[in-house]
Amino acid sequence: MFVVKNRKIFYSISGFLVLVSIIAMFVFGFNLSIEFTGGTIIEIDYIENRPTVSEIENIVGSFEIDPRLATIQAVGESGFSVRTPFLDDTTRERLAESLMANYSDAEIKRVSAIGPAIGRELRQRAILAIVVVVIAIILFIAFAFRHVSEPVSSWKYGLVAVVTLLHDILIPAGIFAVLGYFLGYQLDVLFVTAILTILGYSVNDTIVVFDRVRENLRKNQETGLREDFGETVGKSLSQTYARSINTSLSTLLVLTLLLFVGGEATRHFALVLVIGIIAGSYSSIFLASPLLVWIEKRNARKSS
Amino acid sequence: MSKYRITSILILLAILAVGYFVYATEVDDTKGRFDFRLGLDLAGGTQLTYEADLRDIPPNEADDAMSALRAVIERRVDVFGVAEPLIQIERGGIFGEGQDSQRLIVELPGVTNTEEAKAEIGRTPLLEFKLINQEALVNSFEIETESGEIISDEGESDTVVSVDDMFLETSLTGRFLKSAQLQFDQFSGEPIVMIEFDREGALLFAQITSENVGEVLAIFLDGEVLSTPVIREVISGGVATISGGFNPQEARELTRNLNLGALPVPISLIEEQTIGPSLGRAAVESGLTAAIVGVILVALFLIFWYRLPGLLAVLSLASYIVIMLALFKLIPVTLTSAGIAGFILSMGMAVDANILIFERFKEERKTGKPLREAASEGFSRAWLSIRDSNLSTIITAIILFYATTSLVKGFALVLGIGVLVSMLSAITITRTFLVAVMPKDGNRNHFLFGSGVGYKKSPDPETSI
Repeated sequence: MFVVKNRKIFYSISGFLVLVSIIAMFVFGFNLSIEFTGGTIIEIDYIENRPTVSEIENIVGSFEIDPRLATIQAVGESGFSVRTPFLDDTTRERLAESLMANYSDAEIKRVSAIGPAIGRELRQRAILAIVVVVIAIILFIAFAFRHVSEPVSSWKYGLVAVVTLLHDILIPAGIFAVLGYFLGYQLDVLFVTAILTILGYSVNDTIVVFDRVRENLRKNQETGLREDFGETVGKSLSQTYARSINTSLSTLLVLTLLLFVGGEATRHFALVLVIGIIAGSYSSIFLASPLLVWIEKRNARKSS
Repeated sequence: MSKYRITSILILLAILAVGYFVYATEVDDTKGRFDFRLGLDLAGGTQLTYEADLRDIPPNEADDAMSALRAVIERRVDVFGVAEPLIQIERGGIFGEGQDSQRLIVELPGVTNTEEAKAEIGRTPLLEFKLINQEALVNSFEIETESGEIISDEGESDTVVSVDDMFLETSLTGRFLKSAQLQFDQFSGEPIVMIEFDREGALLFAQITSENVGEVLAIFLDGEVLSTPVIREVISGGVATISGGFNPQEARELTRNLNLGALPVPISLIEEQTIGPSLGRAAVESGLTAAIVGVILVALFLIFWYRLPGLLAVLSLASYIVIMLALFKLIPVTLTSAGIAGFILSMGMAVDANILIFERFKEERKTGKPLREAASEGFSRAWLSIRDSNLSTIITAIILFYATTSLVKGFALVLGIGVLVSMLSAITITRTFLVAVMPKDGNRNHFLFGSGVGYKKSPDPETSI
């Protein structure tokens, strides 16, 4: 009830966070990885003597690559990653050789070359996947809750779920826009995967609450109890707190572990998931239900 | 003993057996069929994506051409010697509507000398069959195929004619060659090369041979003359032998080149990824550590908070992990770092189902039901919630599986299977254990069945959970 009574505060907080995230995305843009833009990345580990950035820059420059399009980043303690636009085979080979030429202990950790056409295609696929998942979820909820039409129609449950989902993905996206700008975090295929996972997972939480609301509504109908919808929702919430928090906690526990102990490759992935799941738990409890109540109150006002 | 208890014991035994299977197949040193498969980002290796130019192929033959291409590349990869390579056809475009270009993805685990691999595999040698241009021949004296020039000996000026002019192209190319085999002539014992064309090729071949008996049909590989056999007769079956003074070495080379060279369509390299083995090893280690520590932490949390049911949940989780690992081996599922992350995530979700059941169980207890009934009821009510909430994750996993690249496919597969198995383990395992543990008609609020930090003697109506 606490949540429902103070719902205005809670959805303002959410609204504010989402707004800030959207602004961040526009201001900082997305730092897309080469999977989405096409290009070449060569990552080399210089075990003993790491060259300076300018030495690397010189080498790259000697290949007539536009310096504005090349990004050189230090990786860990002894490595460098060099990112350039898509180079053809021979150029790429020679670049890799030059980068290792005077360093006897240099070792190539990874080379990725992606043609621009694939990059474009992947971008489109990613966006499509997100849209499809969102639509699928609305349909799924509308279907699962089809018998619950009073006082809020079933598709509105779907709508509320989608709003909370958008909240859940816009916030990590905004945070990553900032991180991308300041720390060079890249938006890659794993990021998109994490977003899609958050979508699927966060709706779990929301459904558990809705499910409880549905059950209480049915019980009220059976027992003939007339209750303010807000009260019903509040009651459902308090009945599901422990479960929501415990589940998110156990998943977060495991993910935070992955974040700190897991490898480089999945670190950012874990970070997105952690942010998204926190946002998801928050939204299921403090956003989804209050929104439901708000809708019901609006409907009531309209019809009276 | 109640049937629940018997079933519980059976389940435990079964899980132990499966666990042993997982352990045994992993620990023995020989490479078994059931070893864990590691994706490129964990094992290190190279992935090459080639785009096939299908512009010259009629649309209904595109699939055939791609299969033929795949077969040729597979042969080359074999020659190169890679353990467990993966060669797959993938269609371009968003929905695979890209008919003009289909892709071939070649994964070579453990291969780090990419340049060599590319050179060996990605060559687009072109196999052509050409007829001699009679007119040009008239004016020539010597053919120098290395320099590609023919210098006329007679006539006023030095007329230089290129090799290309010497030959007339036919439409018979490597596309139509099905195979080449080294054989030994029955009578003379000399090495010969038997070539076989596919149906279309056979027709073309028949046409060419019938029009040109006695003429030379030169075989070109990558623009260089491989062999210049003379057409002795009309050949209509599509099968012919090339003979004439080969020693076994030459015949073998010719066969090999014919086989390797029969690339049906031109290909170009559009994507390349190489991961060094050290990166992969580090990823495996950290993934494992994270997984193990994660399980321990979650187990501690469950036992601390839910006490006896928590212990059951831990058993259920252990069963879940064992089953998943066995499935990874049996299906088999290739593990990538994203896949391991997905597995860890699904463990969190497996716990979720158990928590739902326990919370419901507590609620039922509050209404005063005896322990065993509360457990059963709690379970039935929780099931709807579990089903609906997990279904949404499954839908996401399905979409992820079809919409993206192979890296993500691994994750989606693990997630999808994980959710299904977690639902199953919740329904069968946790439920059975839970009901089995209850004293038959017990109704006391035992410490072991409570939860949270305090121990309440009687249900407290104020704090609903």
